[in-house]
Amino acid sequence: MTNVNNQRPLYERPILETAFYPSYKHLIQNDQYEEWGGYTTLASFASEGQEYFSVRNACGVYDICPMLKYRISGSDAERFLNRLMTRNIKKMLPDRVVYCVWCDDNGHLIEDGTLFKFSETEFRLCCAEHQIEWLLDSAIGYDVDIEDVSTDIAALAAQGPVSCSVLKKMGFSGVDNLKPFQLAVFSQLGFDVMISRTGFTGDLGYELWVNSSDAAALWEALFEAGKSRGIRMIGSTALDMLRIEAGLIMVDVEFMSCFHTVRHLREKNPFELGLHWLVDFNKGPFIGRQALLKAKQNKPQRQLVGLDIDWNKQADSALIYDSKDCSRQIGEITSALWSPVLKQNIALAFLDAPFYEGNKSMWAEVYLHRECLWERKVFECRVTPKPFYSPERKSLTPPEDL
Amino acid sequence: MNSLINAIIIGAGHNGLTCAAYLARAGQSVLVLEAAAEVGGLARNRIVANGEQLSSAAHLLHSLPQDIIKDLQLEKYGLHYAAQHLKTVSLNKNGATIVLNKQLAMGDQLSSADLLGYDRFYLDMQRFSKALLPVLGKVAPEIAIEDWRQKLDLLGLGWSIRKLGTFYMREFLRIIGMNLYDLMDEYIENTQLKAAIAMDALLGSEWGARSMGSVLTYLYRQAGELRNNTGLALPRGGMGTVSQAIAKSARQSGADIRCNSPVKHIIIENNKAVGVVLETGEEIYADTVISNADPKQTFLKLINPDHLGTNFVRQVNNLRAKGKAGKLHLVLSQKPSFTGLDDSLLGERLVIAPGMDDIELAFNPSKYKRYPDSPILEIILPSVRDDSLCQNGQQLLSAVVQYLPYDDSTNEDQNRTAMLRVVIETLEEYAPGISDLIITAELLTPRDIEREFGISGGHWHHVELVFESFLFNRPTPLLTRHATPIDNLLLCGASCHPGGNLMGIAGRNAAQQVLRGEK
Repeated sequence: MTNVNNQRPLYERPILETAFYPSYKHLIQNDQYEEWGGYTTLASFASEGQEYFSVRNACGVYDICPMLKYRISGSDAERFLNRLMTRNIKKMLPDRVVYCVWCDDNGHLIEDGTLFKFSETEFRLCCAEHQIEWLLDSAIGYDVDIEDVSTDIAALAAQGPVSCSVLKKMGFSGVDNLKPFQLAVFSQLGFDVMISRTGFTGDLGYELWVNSSDAAALWEALFEAGKSRGIRMIGSTALDMLRIEAGLIMVDVEFMSCFHTVRHLREKNPFELGLHWLVDFNKGPFIGRQALLKAKQNKPQRQLVGLDIDWNKQADSALIYDSKDCSRQIGEITSALWSPVLKQNIALAFLDAPFYEGNKSMWAEVYLHRECLWERKVFECRVTPKPFYSPERKSLTPPEDL
Repeated sequence: MNSLINAIIIGAGHNGLTCAAYLARAGQSVLVLEAAAEVGGLARNRIVANGEQLSSAAHLLHSLPQDIIKDLQLEKYGLHYAAQHLKTVSLNKNGATIVLNKQLAMGDQLSSADLLGYDRFYLDMQRFSKALLPVLGKVAPEIAIEDWRQKLDLLGLGWSIRKLGTFYMREFLRIIGMNLYDLMDEYIENTQLKAAIAMDALLGSEWGARSMGSVLTYLYRQAGELRNNTGLALPRGGMGTVSQAIAKSARQSGADIRCNSPVKHIIIENNKAVGVVLETGEEIYADTVISNADPKQTFLKLINPDHLGTNFVRQVNNLRAKGKAGKLHLVLSQKPSFTGLDDSLLGERLVIAPGMDDIELAFNPSKYKRYPDSPILEIILPSVRDDSLCQNGQQLLSAVVQYLPYDDSTNEDQNRTAMLRVVIETLEEYAPGISDLIITAELLTPRDIEREFGISGGHWHHVELVFESFLFNRPTPLLTRHATPIDNLLLCGASCHPGGNLMGIAGRNAAQQVLRGEK
């Protein structure tokens, strides 16, 4: 990956390019750059609609190099992670990946991420925000090494119904045997490619992990194999649409890390985000357990749910009311989408108790900008289960050969 | 489970013993587990040569409150004084000594301005120390107060500061965060006199006289002394007899004290302390576990970190526990003679601190883990006052050597030997010929104290007495009022409010918290 010159003052440091950037920069047509974790990334390369549909109908590729990657190794690695995470890490098999969250002592959510297990003594944590201080301080008393390998490893997410076929065409024979959240290392390209059946799109998909020095070769091989199958780089706008359909939460959108909230009480716990299934009170002690036990005694005052909204106008940032006259606010929308594949107006929203349960009707107050005029509309909406979209191919092993 | 008792206390230091005594007196079954062969912790005796004993770490008693002495009948159990109200004598190479006796300063080189200034300084500091008293004997009130008793305690502190009157309240609030170096400049000119006073704030501390908060440390020590009426006292038979007396009192009330029983770890089940495992593998269960060990020792060594949160471990790990006080022990063939010191003053508290800048120069190298070229010393010759300690006319010399770094280098042994030489050379400058009298000499560095007494960083007060670790923040907000994040596990040592020195208050208050059911 491009050399990080940490010696220079922050304001003089250039925005970085990911290891794949030189390979795909000729595909950038509309210059919709955005900064992510210090890197130049793209909101879209050419057309966000086409990028979105490439994932639902063919194979879309998203550059996930800016994600933080931590190598966690040592004889206490598993014990360390079992205390760090609210999930039971001891149940994890080698060559598997789990989605997990971790909290501070007060049970406040720090972040979510994916944990890769290579062996009892070697793991990799992948997440969106810097965690090194928390990990190092959590390691006091454990025989564990923690190393930030973010710049050493480059990664691409190849997602969509033909992604498996493309990988097979690249020579990764046996990749179709990977079950969801399973990983394996393939060396057919002459260098090691770790492939995990993971993603952030709610579709069939894989993530490909290589040493940064092999990034260009991986990209060339992937796009060569995929060019007859409609492979396409996608930007963050398309990814955001995909993850909303999959009902997946995003840091700084659905919740803010308790490290970053400036207003006390704006922190979230896993229950408020509907992540009860990620908290295992039976596994023994873990960070935040006491606080979460206490939090669990009462139902959350607010909880994140999926909403189905009448009419077809995307309800971005709308406030939710208990009646059409909008007198009492009961929640707000965090992410909204007119779903192209469902033809449905969906959203993720925080609702007060008791509205997040049951089938009560409620109203979203939406502001529409039409011909330079703002119009206020009130649409009826109701709680609907997540994920909104979950195709069968997502979990089918082996996937259909397309 | 092989036994069920009310409370296990880890560590038979004076606070652990005091806690045991108070619990036992209230009818609780108590077991004290001590790693060493003898009770006392920092307040135990040490055999240096052929049976000569002296106080191994703390060598002067000044803050043990009267009510504890009375409650535990310590005088009945063997607490006697060889001397009380020791004067402080600042030595001078040229023989110009200064003698401090409470409000009175004496010395040929002192000007009338110095004498008046000292008088004013003494009275002001007494006044301010008294303002701290209302909370000093009690469990620190919490800042988010629900309980009326705590509300009263906090109001008491506020009232006692307000009661100083507008002028002195402002003055109190001005100086409380200041450093002693600057404050004394406002009162006194003579630097040797200032240095002699400053010793009270600095002994055992990580910091120098110019460091922030040295005034608070000074007032704290003064306030401690206000709680008893013996002044600086020398217990007969060494400091070990104080611990022995508390232990006897505890045993008399039914407490069981087991030495040579190091605890390996604390057993925790479902966030509750239920007992301990000894190094021998023996498991002992109890309703409550009370740790007299310092917080770093307790939480970073005796507890499986699986049971603790990272925010908490962070706070404990960042506690300031860097001891800088070493201890010198000499057996001398006869009484030494210090330049300009009248023989009648040989049994007082002798101080080698020529001036404020000399203190600072002794302190500076310690910041970089280096040893001082001329250390600051507090010297006691206990055998001058207490003939039970020595035979054949031999004399003992016990000195606190400030500022020695925590030396974890591979050259530790060579450095200790070299430093011992430096200390003896320093003594030789003040007492020519003393080196020829030395029969035995040993120097304990902070690292030695850590090893020998099991105190992290070898810090006397377990945790530095600084503003950030004061009152309800002592030792940290997550460990206030003796409670810990683990249910039924309490702290009772010097790291708790009011902490530090030989007070026993932390131990007594921890016992009271257990009896109140706050654990």
